[in-house]
Amino acid sequence: MQFIHIQHVTKAYANHLALDKVSLSVPKQTIYGLLGPNGAGKTSLIRIINQITAPDSGEVFIDGEKLQPKHIAHIGYLPEERGLYKKMKVGEQAIYLAQLKGVDKKIAEKRLKLWFERFEITGWWNRKVEELSKGMQQKIQFVVTVIHEPKLLIFDEPFSGFDPINVNILKEEILRLREEGATIIFSTHNMSSVEELCDNIALIDNGIKILEGSVKEIKQQYRTNTFEVHLTGVSGGFEGPLPNGFQLITKTMLSPDEISASIRCEQHVKANDLLEFLMPYGQIVSYKEVLPSMHDIFIQQIESQKNKN
Amino acid sequence: MNKTLLILQREYLTRVKKPSFIVMTFLGPLLMVMLMVVPIFLATLSETEVKKIAVLDETDWFRAKFENDESYIYSYVNDDLDSLKAQVLRGDYNTLLYIPKPELNIPVNAILFNAKQASLSLKASIRNTIKTEVENRKLLSSGIDPEVIKSSKTTINIQTIKLDDDGQESKSYTEVDVALGMITSILIYFFIFMFGSLVMRGVIEEKTSRIIEVMVSSVKPFQLMMGKITGIALVGLTQFLLWVVLTLGLYSIFALIFGPEAMSQLPVGSNVMAQNLATEQINNNAQIAQVFEVIHSIDFGVIIFSFLIYFIGGYLLYAAMFAAIGSAVDNEADTQQFMLPVSIPLILGIVLSGFIVDNPDSSIAFWLSMLPLTSPVIMMIRIPFGVPYWEIALSMILLVAGFVFTTWIAAKIYRTGILMYGKKVNYKELWKWIRYQ
Repeated sequence: MQFIHIQHVTKAYANHLALDKVSLSVPKQTIYGLLGPNGAGKTSLIRIINQITAPDSGEVFIDGEKLQPKHIAHIGYLPEERGLYKKMKVGEQAIYLAQLKGVDKKIAEKRLKLWFERFEITGWWNRKVEELSKGMQQKIQFVVTVIHEPKLLIFDEPFSGFDPINVNILKEEILRLREEGATIIFSTHNMSSVEELCDNIALIDNGIKILEGSVKEIKQQYRTNTFEVHLTGVSGGFEGPLPNGFQLITKTMLSPDEISASIRCEQHVKANDLLEFLMPYGQIVSYKEVLPSMHDIFIQQIESQKNKN
Repeated sequence: MNKTLLILQREYLTRVKKPSFIVMTFLGPLLMVMLMVVPIFLATLSETEVKKIAVLDETDWFRAKFENDESYIYSYVNDDLDSLKAQVLRGDYNTLLYIPKPELNIPVNAILFNAKQASLSLKASIRNTIKTEVENRKLLSSGIDPEVIKSSKTTINIQTIKLDDDGQESKSYTEVDVALGMITSILIYFFIFMFGSLVMRGVIEEKTSRIIEVMVSSVKPFQLMMGKITGIALVGLTQFLLWVVLTLGLYSIFALIFGPEAMSQLPVGSNVMAQNLATEQINNNAQIAQVFEVIHSIDFGVIIFSFLIYFIGGYLLYAAMFAAIGSAVDNEADTQQFMLPVSIPLILGIVLSGFIVDNPDSSIAFWLSMLPLTSPVIMMIRIPFGVPYWEIALSMILLVAGFVFTTWIAAKIYRTGILMYGKKVNYKELWKWIRYQ
């Protein structure tokens, strides 16, 4: 079930193409990572979904319907550059912003109280935003983003400016929101959080989508058939080139008879073949396939894209 | 609730609740009333004590020439100077006026001995009396009767009467028209600048605090801009109305305290300032009466109605441009280059006001009062002199059209500008934004 469907969206600014026929699908109730280097077109795409700008061509569907002004009430957006009215009181401001999203004042007050209790910040209600620390402001900003209980949440670099403890609180909240039915688009450079949180990702560079899929599948797709092995009781061997099909990438002698190595196998070689090959050398302590990190895939893809141009 | 209305509400309430707004609102009328009341208050204060003045006149020319009044009682004495000085020090007299015998052909001298400093008004009054007497004596000695000179002095009073198309005559008083026109146009000028820059600063604040991206994901930039402009317009109107009401209120409180007699010396009504200015030039009672007559004959309906229209229309026209400027820059320091062309028409209106007052029906006055950028200021100067209704109507229609046009252009700049950071914007760039679809 697709919640957001983006079809051939193109957006050009004065002298550059920000998005070039980008198509994406975000399944319902998942966390979708939107990745790409700076200036790739992520913000342009997010602004189109938020209806801040309109695409030059192409269409966006939300829950099967063509994107239109009424959907604003169902989208919560946490921009990368955050901000609140500095002179306004926290509670008053959150209610005002909720009202702008179409929430009734009374309901907004009730929900806000719940959120304040959850974050243990009830004492902040009547304080001005400028009196709060940056981390506190970020929390308020998060509450403001979700207070109208949107079906679609867009977070642009949500963890920047948070300390590790608050990052964890926030991660829990994001996962909880997904459990409660929200679909989440998550734009970030922080690859570790992508692997931890995202179900699916898309990689955008220079306005073009270069990769899309579930995190698991992509990692499988980019596996290099590399294994990390740890052997003890080794009596010589691993000298010179390995037989056909095996390639030694790194080798570390941990003690005279203990070795750790990573070995890349050719496509046709099965995991068990490597095991058979290794067994005569000594006792196998551990044996594990090394999957590429999203970080590596990201860099590799961007580099190869650069070389193409 | 409608989103524009929500924004309007916030813009209005946050500003009206600010301490600076409250202080300004109460300080303004207080200063205004003080300006009117303090002189009267001081006048009543100084009248309380009667001062005794001893006159030692060696010339004997001024016997019975100094007249007693509420503040000063003159008594003619014939003691020697030193004992009189001692009496002043003792407090028998407040002041000793000593006029020594003049030597041949040397002007008359006078010396005032005081325990404290002599008051300026006493000095002036004594100088005046001595001068008149000496002049009269000189005239007499040349064989001229001072009465002849007196009767030859004339005051000329020119009455102006406006002729209407339908043959009606109404008394007019140019000074009143000038004052009325100048005051209303200057009020509009200040209102536009004061509250226009409030709009601009509000936009810059939203940009620098980065709330703008959150806002535009909830509302259309146009709603945000219009909510802000109308909200601040209401702040301005509130302040203006409070000023009028509070001024009148304070004024009547003072009137109760000082009694109606003292206050009757002051003009009454909403056009207090206009009359104040006018009365400054007119000291003759008959003229004041005439001014009052004229003021009653002025068509205040037209003036108040047009004032409100030009007040609001002019503000809306400029506020949209101020909002656009605010959106195009990152901080207030960068607004200068765009502020200049926007403020020139308004400043031009004020600079030309002297010329317009002299030639309220010239073609320059006509065209400037049609051009929406200058009409709020120029037309308000012209209206007290009498402007045909069709001209006022046309000018107002053009003002509304101008307001719609600038708002339309400004909205295009605004919606691009608010999301643009760290870019030095020039006019070429703005033109590009206007043409974006």
